[in-house]
Amino acid sequence: MAENTQTKRKKRFTKDQWTAIAFLIPSIILILVFVYGFIGWTGYVSLSNWNTLVPDFSFAGLKNYIYLFNDFRFQADLRNTLFFTILFIGFVIILGMGLAILIDQKLKGESIFRNIFLFPMALSFIVTGVVWQWLLNPSTGFNQFLSMFGIEPKWYTDTNILAGFEWGSIEFGLPVAIIAVVIAAVWQMTGFSLAMYLAGLRGIPDELREAARMDGASEFQVYRKVVLPMLLPITMSVIIIMAHISLKIFDLIYAMTGSGANFVTDVPGVYMFETTFRGNYYANGAAIAIIMLLLVAVFIVPYLWNSRKGDN
Amino acid sequence: MAAFNIGKFIKYLILIVLAIIFLMPIYVIIVTSLKPLDEVSLEQMWALPTSIDFSSYVEAFTNLAPNFMNSIYLVVPATLLSALLGAMNGYVLSKWKFKGADILFTFILFGMFIPYQSILIPLIQFLRTIDLYNTIPGLVLVHVVYGLPITTLMFRNFYANIPDTMIEAAKIDGANFLGIFRHIIIPLSITGFVVVAIWQFTNIWNEFLFAVTITTNDNQPIMVALQNLSGSQIVEWNVQMAGALIAALPTLLVYIFLGKYFVRGLLAGSVKG
Repeated sequence: MAENTQTKRKKRFTKDQWTAIAFLIPSIILILVFVYGFIGWTGYVSLSNWNTLVPDFSFAGLKNYIYLFNDFRFQADLRNTLFFTILFIGFVIILGMGLAILIDQKLKGESIFRNIFLFPMALSFIVTGVVWQWLLNPSTGFNQFLSMFGIEPKWYTDTNILAGFEWGSIEFGLPVAIIAVVIAAVWQMTGFSLAMYLAGLRGIPDELREAARMDGASEFQVYRKVVLPMLLPITMSVIIIMAHISLKIFDLIYAMTGSGANFVTDVPGVYMFETTFRGNYYANGAAIAIIMLLLVAVFIVPYLWNSRKGDN
Repeated sequence: MAAFNIGKFIKYLILIVLAIIFLMPIYVIIVTSLKPLDEVSLEQMWALPTSIDFSSYVEAFTNLAPNFMNSIYLVVPATLLSALLGAMNGYVLSKWKFKGADILFTFILFGMFIPYQSILIPLIQFLRTIDLYNTIPGLVLVHVVYGLPITTLMFRNFYANIPDTMIEAAKIDGANFLGIFRHIIIPLSITGFVVVAIWQFTNIWNEFLFAVTITTNDNQPIMVALQNLSGSQIVEWNVQMAGALIAALPTLLVYIFLGKYFVRGLLAGSVKG
């Protein structure tokens, strides 16, 4: 064994191996500078006093972070992100899994249905935002149907907070307006989880379901006891991927609603963009960016760690 | 037997109702964009046009054409370059693994999940320093760099399916690293290149954050121009809808004609993240 690895190691540093490493070097340098270096630089900016047009790198400590956590707008952003993420992931999983199970029933026209549910994935969040802004406009769009039943939701213009209570400087609860944005985002991203679940379902051998049926399981039990547990790894992947999309979401909200009255549809991505590039509060913007990065890292780092272990 | 049919009926019913809801936005886009100006009103949103009128397309196209071209100049080189680099990285990280290759790969992969806000301020300073701020080549560079993690991941997974024995046999025949890449790997990568290119094309075409912060006015790609169009008060919303369709057309066409590869890219970028 030991000898084997030694001969291997000797073989490793042949000319070919050096060429292989040379192949990687441009990419490694780019990633090192543009990802890790720039994150470090942003972290540095977030600890500085650079809140004007002219760069000022004097050390400010945690001043910008303290400012943000006391800021009405940022507190609203965190609240909105929390509810947006929960609703968005929940609906994408339920709809995606439900549709995948339906489409997997060997019905006629399954490819047509699959293509219909998947096509919004090919669109830009900007296109989605522009269109849904009209569909969920309180004076037109879906409200023209709903008004026949006497319901006229105010959608993204609603400033109510459901089940709200005072917390910090904001009212904590579900902002009704966020539901409108969730609908648009779910419309766009359900195809993703649908495709993932379909691939997962196709990977479950028919014999397994057949065996469960032979053992007297009802169709519902087959799904609950056999299929769902086997889809768990996929559900985990969908949660992670949707969570990171949701935590850094910017374009959809920017195009569809903007911050909204009382910041009911504001998110950190929009705040960061506006305060940095419209207001020249670079240090504040950098601090928001670092908080966003930390939130994403909470999901991504364990996920990457696990998939690396699974690889070996 | 009857119960079976009712079950099937309900399944179809759910699928059809949801399909109609999913298609409603497209219906509104198409119907509105074809209406003459005097039929465009909030009350008549769902009504079909009485006559077909392409004037909103003409207006949207006049507004968006230069930005549409910017997007073409951006997306073609950025897609090709990031696919090529991804193939090189994927080849090394799957077929020429060295000690620490897997950890290195994880470090590259992390770059795909970061919120780009967290690199934006230094990135813009950097682009200003090298005189690429507010240029299409600057955006190409950005998309190539931040496309590296996903293209590397896709090609690495793709090459994992090429048997190692093929590489070993070629080595015994005296082929070297580059020879194997050129004569064995590249010819086997056509599907891989199609999948990666479609994925990168769609993502770069649709991207907004880099586009809106790195370029201004004349140099902006299509999505920024579309957002400006819909944000302006003077533009009627039939023109906005026509603009949305024009902006979405390239990626929609790719999806319609090469949807299979699009879905493969979607799965390749996620299942084994």
